Amino acid sequence: MRVGLFVTCLVDLMRPSIGFAALRLLEAAGCEVVVPPAQTCCGQPGYNSGDRASARALACKVLDEFERFEYVVAPSGSCSGMIRTHYPDLFRDEPVALERVRALCAKTYELTDFLVNVAGLQEAPGTFDGRVTYHDSCSGLREMGVRAQPRALLAKVAGLELLEMKDSTTCCGFGGTFAVKFGDVSAAMVEKKCENIAASGADAVVLGDLGCMLNIEGRLRRRGDDRTRVLHVAEVLAGERHD
Amino acid sequence: MTGVQPQSLHFKERAAAELANTQLQSNMRRFGGRFVAARAKVLHELGDFEGMRTAAAAARDRALADLDVWIERFEREATRRGATVLFAETGAEVADLVLELCRRHGVRKVAKSKSMLSEEASLNQRLASAGVQPVETDLGEYILQLAHEPPSHIIAPAIHKSTEQIADLFVKAHGRARTLDIPQLTREAREVLRGHFLTADMGISGGNFLIAETGSLALVTNEGNGRMVTTLPRVHVCITGIEKVLPTLEDLSLLMRLLPRSATGQSISNYFTMVTGTRQPGDRDGPDHMYFILVDNGRTNLVGGDMQEMLRCIRCGACMNHCPVYQTIGGHAYGWVYPGPMGSVLTPTFIGLENALDLPHASTLCGECGVVCPVKIPLPELLRKLREQQVDRGLRPKSEMLGIRVWSWLALRPRLYALATRIAARYLRFQGGGRRMIRHLPFGAAWTRGRDMPAPAGKTFRELFAKKNGAG
Repeated sequence: MRVGLFVTCLVDLMRPSIGFAALRLLEAAGCEVVVPPAQTCCGQPGYNSGDRASARALACKVLDEFERFEYVVAPSGSCSGMIRTHYPDLFRDEPVALERVRALCAKTYELTDFLVNVAGLQEAPGTFDGRVTYHDSCSGLREMGVRAQPRALLAKVAGLELLEMKDSTTCCGFGGTFAVKFGDVSAAMVEKKCENIAASGADAVVLGDLGCMLNIEGRLRRRGDDRTRVLHVAEVLAGERHD
Repeated sequence: MTGVQPQSLHFKERAAAELANTQLQSNMRRFGGRFVAARAKVLHELGDFEGMRTAAAAARDRALADLDVWIERFEREATRRGATVLFAETGAEVADLVLELCRRHGVRKVAKSKSMLSEEASLNQRLASAGVQPVETDLGEYILQLAHEPPSHIIAPAIHKSTEQIADLFVKAHGRARTLDIPQLTREAREVLRGHFLTADMGISGGNFLIAETGSLALVTNEGNGRMVTTLPRVHVCITGIEKVLPTLEDLSLLMRLLPRSATGQSISNYFTMVTGTRQPGDRDGPDHMYFILVDNGRTNLVGGDMQEMLRCIRCGACMNHCPVYQTIGGHAYGWVYPGPMGSVLTPTFIGLENALDLPHASTLCGECGVVCPVKIPLPELLRKLREQQVDRGLRPKSEMLGIRVWSWLALRPRLYALATRIAARYLRFQGGGRRMIRHLPFGAAWTRGRDMPAPAGKTFRELFAKKNGAG
């Protein structure tokens, strides 16, 4: 299986270990992985800000770079959701491009969904000594149907115990530019998330999207919690340490 | 009796005030999740909920596609049964019509059951200034009338108030001993309201649905006050939106399976009332005069446009019950009649996009509202379309547009982008210091006011990957 890895702009900039973890997992599942070197952003910031033109331009770039692969995988429900559920809207009046986009959508996956439902990953290379709780990120859950997949994979990690927190599917308050436009509302929302994480008794919160990660980790540290780790599901599964 | 003047331009300030209001925060936390849990419990009764949503959306679309036909049919059938059907184009016209009816029938006191449309019309204010006493008889609305506040939720209007706050309001209004016993408080309100029901000259109700084939009004309530105001006073006026007309009773039965379950998590509301026509010879009760005021107030603007799906709305409130933003700030922050996701779509479409600049953005687009909506209104998509309309009309701040466009411009130029992100990764890593947390982001003060920003690793994936693979 030839897979194009869409690293995503936030992983590239903020936490490269997630990109390497995704790479390792895909290879462990027997995929041939290609990382197109000129990739940047899926265009979601423009799309959600109402700027269709810039979103469309970036969507064209992604389309050109990734349509040649058998599968496209991203360690993010948000970016894969942008491609699969929103790209068709960007090209709704362009029948020729729309056909290409539809083909891209059909082969675009969120990482854990791909590992479970397409590649059939049998074993997780990583080990984890402790209790974790899983935060369901919004786009992964509601646009890509990611809920059981990361939990099934985490169950394969030696030493890991999964505890469910209260309201794991409630938004953490990130919402892209929302977190900056309405910083205080967003902070109050992530505070509730942090309370639920703390109450779960987990040593780490595991999730599948960088936006939630930055928001939750930032709030945990601000409220004085330097203990609870915030990890991407790929890092835990692959045993890839963020330095 | 606060009339609802649009304050939606001040969403940010209002939200900040609600966040700082510890009483409200504690009240919202107490409410939080109660309707959500109740709804989750009863949904399984429906078996195929998804199938039913699809059918309900289709039924609403069918009704809306030929709305003019169904409105005419409704008018014909209702008129045949002794009612009069009037039309109002604006909220002000609603109040004009009601005042005219008050004059015609010598009305001094009006008993009202819940009507969000009367909020659109600032009706209580208009009645009071014309010397007619409006009395809200829905318990929540009654509490708010005493508090001089507008509703903060479309089905649980006083959800932002605590028992203690209500007890204080009752002491002031009723002059009785203070109690925190909820049944006792309810009894107290009931005793006061009973007198009003018996002395009101006019009853005003909203309308959950109107049935074209029978000319009937369908009312969903939990307190029975809807039955009082539609039967006891000699004049009954139903005020509702033109989009509430359903072709048949069969459509009604489908939607009624979804409405109470989606709203309060009840299989059926305590009261479900059908009102058809005026009191006929031999009837033991019912009004002598019955009027329907069907209101446009911006609704026809939605027909055939980007926002048409919003007209499917059956006002269940599930979107706000499930909205993490609404649950954090409450309904008053939204600044007009309708709060939460449905309000963030309706308000800009009714009062003007330029008068509610923040509302389409007052959502994380988490998608939950779209998932729970019983008539499948794609609320996140509609909010995004409103954002697009704002951009097209030049209504977004220049700095915001510049930021988005610079980002996209850069992301379209991979070599420049690689350089810029290399620099950014190093700069932010430096800013993070030993804790690897940035306490003050230079261009993101709103972020770092309430949380840190984790610092990046220092090198981009692109760099590390190229190095690992021996490329340049």
